[in-house]
Amino acid sequence: MSSQKPVEFSGACPVPISQYPHILLAHGGGGRLMHQLIGRMFLEAFRNPLLETRHDAAVMELTGKKIAFTTDSYVVHPLFFPGGDIGSMAVHGTVNDLAMTGARPLYLSSAFIIEEGLPMETLWKVVCSMRDAAKKCGVQIVTGDTKVVDKGKGDGLFINTAGVGIIEHEQKIAPQNARPGDVILVNGDVGRHGMAIMALREGLEFESKIESDSAPVADAVLELLRAGIEIHCLRDLTRGGLTSALNEISEAANLTLLVEEKLIPVREDVHAACEMLGLDPLQVACEGRFAAFIPERDAGRALAILRALSDGSKACVIGKAAGGHPAKVLLKSAIGVQRILDMAGGEQLPRIC
Amino acid sequence: MKFLDEYRDAGLARQFARELHRVTTRPWKIMEICGGQTHAIVKFGIDELLPEEITLIHGPGCPVCVTPLEMIDKALEIAARPNVIFTSFGDMLRVPGSATDLLSVKAKGGDVRIVYSPLDAVKLAEQNPAKEIVFFGVGFETTAPATAMAIHQAARKNLGNFSMLVSHVLVPPAIETLMSSPNCRVQGFLAAGHVCTVMGFEEYFPIAKKCRVPIVVTGFEPLDILQGVLMTVQQLESGRAEVENQYARSVRREGNQPAQELIKKIFKVVPRKWRGIGEIPQSGLGLNDEYAAFDAGEKFGVAESRVEESSECLSGLVLQGQIKPHECPAFGVKCTPERPLGAPMVSGEGACAAYYRYRRQPDPLAGK
Repeated sequence: MSSQKPVEFSGACPVPISQYPHILLAHGGGGRLMHQLIGRMFLEAFRNPLLETRHDAAVMELTGKKIAFTTDSYVVHPLFFPGGDIGSMAVHGTVNDLAMTGARPLYLSSAFIIEEGLPMETLWKVVCSMRDAAKKCGVQIVTGDTKVVDKGKGDGLFINTAGVGIIEHEQKIAPQNARPGDVILVNGDVGRHGMAIMALREGLEFESKIESDSAPVADAVLELLRAGIEIHCLRDLTRGGLTSALNEISEAANLTLLVEEKLIPVREDVHAACEMLGLDPLQVACEGRFAAFIPERDAGRALAILRALSDGSKACVIGKAAGGHPAKVLLKSAIGVQRILDMAGGEQLPRIC
Repeated sequence: MKFLDEYRDAGLARQFARELHRVTTRPWKIMEICGGQTHAIVKFGIDELLPEEITLIHGPGCPVCVTPLEMIDKALEIAARPNVIFTSFGDMLRVPGSATDLLSVKAKGGDVRIVYSPLDAVKLAEQNPAKEIVFFGVGFETTAPATAMAIHQAARKNLGNFSMLVSHVLVPPAIETLMSSPNCRVQGFLAAGHVCTVMGFEEYFPIAKKCRVPIVVTGFEPLDILQGVLMTVQQLESGRAEVENQYARSVRREGNQPAQELIKKIFKVVPRKWRGIGEIPQSGLGLNDEYAAFDAGEKFGVAESRVEESSECLSGLVLQGQIKPHECPAFGVKCTPERPLGAPMVSGEGACAAYYRYRRQPDPLAGK
């Protein structure tokens, strides 16, 4: 390692990213700016075959066993929101990343970055929530780290979790493996988590309370695998929402994807809130939703399984992967005209009028 | 969703389209003024349902897009100052000034915040008496009443730490300017429904008469726009140039009078430079002398500067409807939503951003 030259930002390294000399919030927004940052900086610097799959979790073989390994950091504000909190999210999010490889999640690490002055009571509530979530997901939190930073240098509490799971099936589930003819399923309505946070953070008062969809999805995936459903690709619909997920898969598998606006389940209150703020629910983050690419013949059985699960009644087919086309995602609009479904540039910004 | 799905019905959309095909006998060029309509047209693919004789020209009705560079530079200068909380609607944050944008000012430590209403900025002023709160008041007549209300409240509450950079613009003078341009190809207008909800549509009668153009006040949903286009084409085909109201569920001829009175109380009509178009007489709103103390430009002593636009950005021609966004050589190559050269690539309502988002070919470099 020490003999290697440090990475130089020379002409060969395409930095600055998008010519931005500083990191903007939008570089973490799940849209195109974030993908450029990852692609041009992190992937460039760390390049290796496992990272290049750009899967939600890396899949590796260790002493004959297939292991999935992932990490995620949680910086949500406020720490508590309808339908969840930073603690349960930190467990669900990492468990879900593992599940996107079809792994059975086993062990998590948990690193806490705590801002000086955080009430002990608050931390305890978060820790209890993590304990309960871990129990529900069947994982153990087996190692961790604690750091405290000066007041004003953190937003109360940041959590990082890493996770390890075991892959007990022979299927190859990866973004590159989506195939022409696959149908695209989602396991429920989209956009709820993002709007729950947005409503709370911005003090928007809607008539009904929008609660986050934060939930573990590993059981749903394992259930599909147990039933012998052939799964080509899974992706959770976190930052950037359905739109980013579909664009990432389209790019990885070099496929044209066709989805129909009318088929994509969006809850009425979420839709209304999005309309009001000028946001696209298809770009809003979920925390308990995934898209699955499976052969059409398995769609009926897969839907029956997903719909039988709690909060799965809205699971449905939203479109399909077409063949022999360049990578793009097409959406049939509500009035029946096709257009591209592009991922957002950075953060979604509310509009003026 | 109730009250929306009814106006997005695919079957009814096709019925309107069929009727348009039936009545259209020759080429017509119709401009939708409002960026919200442009966005809906491109998002839902409404133009693809129209007969090929009908061309929709995307007008200058995106407030973010027409806010002049000088004003954005003023905003950037104020936002970078210590002790200032600079507030704005979200889409202003990424609009490039001559050197940087508000998001970058924020990344460097400026306190720049998105608000959903100018009244939220007034609230911030009350909560932070030791700070200077500045609101960037941009928009058409639609948002002017809310901006006026913020000034009204700040004055009533004696908030000495609240001020506003006002860059409001008015639609009718812009229509007149466009129609008087020798390059103007527009034969009919869809007037912006939300603007008319506030202002009514009395002002459009003299314009329709003088310029001999049909003007149809139109809403924002796919069926609204299709019906607005149909009403305009019916007028054009029968040689009429009248003002009609498609958006009657929201717009009354006299508009919202209390809102208009509030606007008149707080603002006066001033000349205003439109980015990409130039100065249009009597086309902006500025603070009345009585409320001059709330003028952020004066308060912070930021000087009026003359700055040059990027020569590669043809947004002026786009905003005047002379070219479509993808006909600009910089479109999707040097100019993208992540690194916009001009404002129409920034705002969700900007024509360039709408084309980029919904119409861009998968590889923007292909064939260039």
